[in-house]
Amino acid sequence: MNKQTGGGPLAVGYSLLFFAFLFGPLIIMVVTAFNSSSFPRITPWECFTTEWFGVLFGNSRLMGGLLNSVVIGFGVVCIAVPVGLAGALALSELGPRLRATLYTVLITPILVPGVVLGISTIVFWGAVGRGVGAGYDSLFFNGMFLTLAGQVTFVSAYAMLVFMARLQRFDPTLTEAALDLGATPGQAFRKILLPFLAPAIGSAAFLTLLASFENYNTTVFTIMSQSTFTTALASKVRLGTDPSLSALAVIIIGITLIGAMVNEAQTRRKDMLRSGRAAQSRVYGNPVLSVLVHPLSVFFLLIAIVGFLSWQGSQQDAGVCKQQILDGKRARQEELLEAQRERMKAQKAAEEATKPTVSTQPASPSAFGGAFNSLAPKAEPAPAESANPSPFGGAFNNLTPTTDD
Amino acid sequence: MTTKDIVLDHVSIRFGSFTAVDNAHLTIKGGEFFSFLGPSGCGKTTLLRCVSGFTDPTEGMVTIGGKDMRGVGPNKRPTALIFQNLALFPLMSVADNIAFPLEVRGIGKKERRKKADELLDMIALPGVGEKKVHELSGGQKQRVAIARALAVEPDILLLDEPLSALDLKLRHHMRTELRAIQQRVGLTFIYITHDQGEALTMSDRIAVMNQGVVEQIGDPEAIYNRPKTAFVASFVGESNSFSGKVSSQSGKEVLLETPVGPLRGIAAGGRTYKPGDECYLFVRPEQMTIANGVQPDNSFTAQALKEEFEGNARHLFLNSQGVDLRLSRINLGAKTDDLSGSVITAGFSADQAIVLPHGPLAGT
Repeated sequence: MNKQTGGGPLAVGYSLLFFAFLFGPLIIMVVTAFNSSSFPRITPWECFTTEWFGVLFGNSRLMGGLLNSVVIGFGVVCIAVPVGLAGALALSELGPRLRATLYTVLITPILVPGVVLGISTIVFWGAVGRGVGAGYDSLFFNGMFLTLAGQVTFVSAYAMLVFMARLQRFDPTLTEAALDLGATPGQAFRKILLPFLAPAIGSAAFLTLLASFENYNTTVFTIMSQSTFTTALASKVRLGTDPSLSALAVIIIGITLIGAMVNEAQTRRKDMLRSGRAAQSRVYGNPVLSVLVHPLSVFFLLIAIVGFLSWQGSQQDAGVCKQQILDGKRARQEELLEAQRERMKAQKAAEEATKPTVSTQPASPSAFGGAFNSLAPKAEPAPAESANPSPFGGAFNNLTPTTDD
Repeated sequence: MTTKDIVLDHVSIRFGSFTAVDNAHLTIKGGEFFSFLGPSGCGKTTLLRCVSGFTDPTEGMVTIGGKDMRGVGPNKRPTALIFQNLALFPLMSVADNIAFPLEVRGIGKKERRKKADELLDMIALPGVGEKKVHELSGGQKQRVAIARALAVEPDILLLDEPLSALDLKLRHHMRTELRAIQQRVGLTFIYITHDQGEALTMSDRIAVMNQGVVEQIGDPEAIYNRPKTAFVASFVGESNSFSGKVSSQSGKEVLLETPVGPLRGIAAGGRTYKPGDECYLFVRPEQMTIANGVQPDNSFTAQALKEEFEGNARHLFLNSQGVDLRLSRINLGAKTDDLSGSVITAGFSADQAIVLPHGPLAGT
């Protein structure tokens, strides 16, 4: 950094703050996944544990939702990508005025609030279902089908935008050249246009999968009595959260990082090969290193690391540490109780001492006139009875993993 | 070789109210190097697309080898088009590009490969088959595009300003090369260009087009020396034009009253003019001389504005009575005086000047 571009402590400080803002929440989330505290937090640190991953995988509602999400996501990709491609191709062939009109029509589902789309999907297909006299167990009232139908309406528009951007850079004379050289229109499409669009098909598939997977607004209506991963997650969070969600975040971040690293390895390798400097390169010229930095070996290496860590994690047992923490808490509670008893005793003694002289005074010196006397010491839960060290005093007991639905 | 003749039979092409090609009627002989020459927007590319099958004629028809081409798609015609931007497939290797026409015809991989290598030898680029298109230079791409077009052995090769993207040296080189390829393979070449140099050097015959109309068809010499319309005279090569009224005609020689005074010229194509007809008199800059002592048929005084040196010639820009003129002198190596700023007497002989009826001029 130099002066012109704004080096110095201010810029460094700003950069640090910026990155803290970006990655702070993620880092905290990851750390909380390994704290045995039943509420996601870093302090006080209790025990290092991997049990939250187990809790996550043991949650049948989330796992069922995950399966539904995968099925729906796959279906949405299979429908939305061809539909988006067809829309983009149609737009590229039209005259300017008709194109503007059709573009507005096709893009509207993105602009309409998801809630509206969700409700209207149910209403529409319900009407169709009743129209053909289908019962409530038919397709028209099936949450999976409705979600697929509802999501496709706007996810296709995303795919279309991706294809339009790519098609803008397509030289239509290439298709003409193919036709002129004797190709049928089908051959020209398959051999010239499709290979050109291949990267866009990849990114459209990825984008539509993500859009389907993370959609809540529309899905929460159309899924009816079933649930997807997102809706299951949302309803779980609404009732209170535990670190198994942090465990989920760790998994997602892990997948993203692996994907990014493999992609980076792929890009670098491609650039190097294209530039023709691969042979001179220190890394790519060396036969061993060259194999090592191949995207596939990078992928398998990372998978191996993750596998090893998971196995290590599954062997880990935080029982002893947790018992210690529990004992410590119990001792502390005992201590507090003892102190309370002492105070009570002293109070009683003082009371006894003052009673004969001030008989009209209430028995307690409390500002509340002893109205809460009955609540004071005895209400303190006996430590032996409380197995739960939760800071919420067991208010969320019904949410703890084992009893979770 | 009448079987491969291309006949444009009263072809008109309209887009809405716009007429791109107006009643083109001509025959291109098999094995000929035929050029369409005209400024951009004159309809020459539309005509080419019509021959290759991308555009249907609104009126008239195209026949190739006596066969009516109406309803025959571009992939079914015996033509191959070389696009202005060449339209090489960027995702394929050079060999795959050349073999593409064979691939879509279902010819096996081995045979395709063999044919591609043959063609690469023919265009003098052996061994580049594995390269990607973007690794080639402009001239190499050019030759690959030709090889690809020749892969299916078409009867007619259509070229849409294929040299316009190349630099001057390469362009001159490719002119010779194209002509050589054409003579080697003996195909009909239909060549589209706005560059008269290209048209004149390569073509057997040239059709000059303006605003959708074919103005003149003829061999390069006829086009340059004996233009039939004011447009052709002004578009092909440099020309000085004098606008004026005919005062009299005796035989071929016409006397014209112009702003610079009375001028004599030859009536083009044996026309006869009546006194009072609005005419142009055209004379090439290299036919103009500075009259010192010798009195040519036509002479007038002019103000020399500036002089330009272009290597092989010096161009003197003159103005006489509001008419801008140009006089070119071949550079013979001897030092010549810079005449800019002085008043000179310019002239030309009557049989070097052509008188043509009024009509649109190029670039106006």
